Amino acid sequence: MKPAVLTGKHFINGDVACAEGAIAAGCKFFGGYPITPATEVAEHISERLPDVGGTFIQMEDEIAAMTSILGAAWTGAKTMTSTSGPGFSLMMETVGLAVVTETPCVVVNVQRAGPSTGLPTQGAQGDMMQAKWGSHGDYEIIAIAPSSPQEMFDFTIIAFNLSEKYRTPVFIMSDEIVGHMSEKVVIPKPSKIKTISRKKPKGPKNKFKLYKPDADGVAPMPAIGDGYKVHVTGLTHDEIGYPVMSIEAQEEMMTRLLGKIRNNIDDIIMTEQYLLDDADIVIVSYGVSSRTSYTAVDMAREKGVKAGLLRLITVWPFPDALIKELAQRVKGFITVEINLGQICREVQRCAGTDIPSYLAGHAGGAVVPPEDVLSIIKENF
Amino acid sequence: MKATAAKPLPHPMEDLIRMDRIPHIWCSGCGTGSVFMACLSAIKESGIPYNEFSMVSGIGCSGRGAGYINVDSFHTTHGRAIPFATGIKMAKPDLNVIVFSGDGDLFAIGGNHFIHAARRNMDITVICVNNLIYGMTGGQVAATTPHKAKSSTTAAGNPETPFNLPLLAYASGATFVARWTMLHSRDIADAVQMALNNKGFSFIEVLSPCPINYGRRNKEKALETLRLYHDNTIIKSNADLSELDIDFKRGVVLGNFINKEKPSHDEQYSKIYHAEAG
Repeated sequence: MKPAVLTGKHFINGDVACAEGAIAAGCKFFGGYPITPATEVAEHISERLPDVGGTFIQMEDEIAAMTSILGAAWTGAKTMTSTSGPGFSLMMETVGLAVVTETPCVVVNVQRAGPSTGLPTQGAQGDMMQAKWGSHGDYEIIAIAPSSPQEMFDFTIIAFNLSEKYRTPVFIMSDEIVGHMSEKVVIPKPSKIKTISRKKPKGPKNKFKLYKPDADGVAPMPAIGDGYKVHVTGLTHDEIGYPVMSIEAQEEMMTRLLGKIRNNIDDIIMTEQYLLDDADIVIVSYGVSSRTSYTAVDMAREKGVKAGLLRLITVWPFPDALIKELAQRVKGFITVEINLGQICREVQRCAGTDIPSYLAGHAGGAVVPPEDVLSIIKENF
Repeated sequence: MKATAAKPLPHPMEDLIRMDRIPHIWCSGCGTGSVFMACLSAIKESGIPYNEFSMVSGIGCSGRGAGYINVDSFHTTHGRAIPFATGIKMAKPDLNVIVFSGDGDLFAIGGNHFIHAARRNMDITVICVNNLIYGMTGGQVAATTPHKAKSSTTAAGNPETPFNLPLLAYASGATFVARWTMLHSRDIADAVQMALNNKGFSFIEVLSPCPINYGRRNKEKALETLRLYHDNTIIKSNADLSELDIDFKRGVVLGNFINKEKPSHDEQYSKIYHAEAG
């Protein structure tokens, strides 16, 4: 029986690192369904969860996998599932339920090229807009993009922490390349790993309101059996959690749901900047594409072009203010991503039409070579 | 003359009902409330603390059950009550998890989840209020609608054949299988008690009228349906499950058909994984 935190240096792939990150974060339940290239997350965590008294189940499909982690989350457990594009599509129904019932959980999407069955064994970043808009109705979501096996470990812990803190599903938007890449992963001592658990309610049980928020906009969450006798519904509900079919209740609930993310973006949004201070051209990227983007910046600098990198660690919520601010002082943007222009649209939306904004991307199956970024610079700047 | 209004007697199930949510949404003549009450009496009579129960529903008329019971309760998405309940049960196996939902929810959109939970022998109790139709959406054909019966999407009669639910449950691996009608309150309560005591996947089908959306279209008045439940049913617990098709002309068979012992999923998982890990 192994401990929860396997302190030391390991040579493992991104999927395995993600599973180890989940265990280190305190994950106790995983409902999964096999899919390339995410299967190794489920395989590894199925072995590891019993070590920490946790439970694994392989469900009959991704709908069931995603739904099972919500049920388990209400027993007080930290829960996760993993998938890729086709399974992510099936999970979207339950993502909405997780958002509206404010159920913390983590969903790992090891992206492959789509649409439909696409290229199952080859990487892409084509599910970025689905992560934001895939379930019906308005909602805010948190999505994090790791670029290495080390970050698959580290960011999985961050994902659990954000999920617990804000009572919301959090997506880890990985991809086949990072998922299947093996690299050194350093796992710190347990005392060096910061974990957050959901707030539990205090005070008299008979006066408890399931969705009455604290000052941070997030309500404490009891577990089944704690004696709070909660009612949880996907219908529009009031602070008690009871269904209310009115425009006013919908407005009130949605304002708070969106607000709890929007009012805390400074705490949630994480970016990395490389040579951005004096940059004329801003390369925006995330996940595996940010790795090749560092090289692109260096290559451009060697040619005397002042390029800099804005790497999005959290892609959702999107850093609107930062892009708007950069647009005031740079000559243009190039978004590097393995799709045909998803986050590029967001950059254009924030930067406005007065400033040129280009995509260095393709339809999926491999990384975007830094030379593609250089060509865009050469042709346009 | 000064009238002295008698203080109304408290509802016998007041401690198990969210009284602040009453009146409920169920129509006059609907049987769901009777099934729900029978289920609550079984919970009450079990003597198990209420905090050790959880109820999960899907979507539909009977799916509102979770909204009225005063235990930790979950009104989930359409068809997904069973996988939600599975997550609860696996993460906290000591809980008694009851799924209270309808035939459309459990056997059309949720059919895959039903057969797999039964196959795994997941230790949950599934109560299906079977009104032979999609009630809440206005009377569309269901996976349980009798052949040739009329619905809003089969105006000239249902061309399909309905499921035999007890047979399906048994074939999928359920360790407790029963069928009653909503008239058989005592029998439903007894069946729920037996289901709670059965360490495995328990299934109780309860026939229940939908006079608004099934009865009206099929020339069957509310009381006539109840009369069929009374007169044209046969209690036969040792029945051949393959002969359980719903045909009131031939007689509909009721009973507690299966009640067997088989290790449940959480027992097996714990034995294989946690025992070794420990």
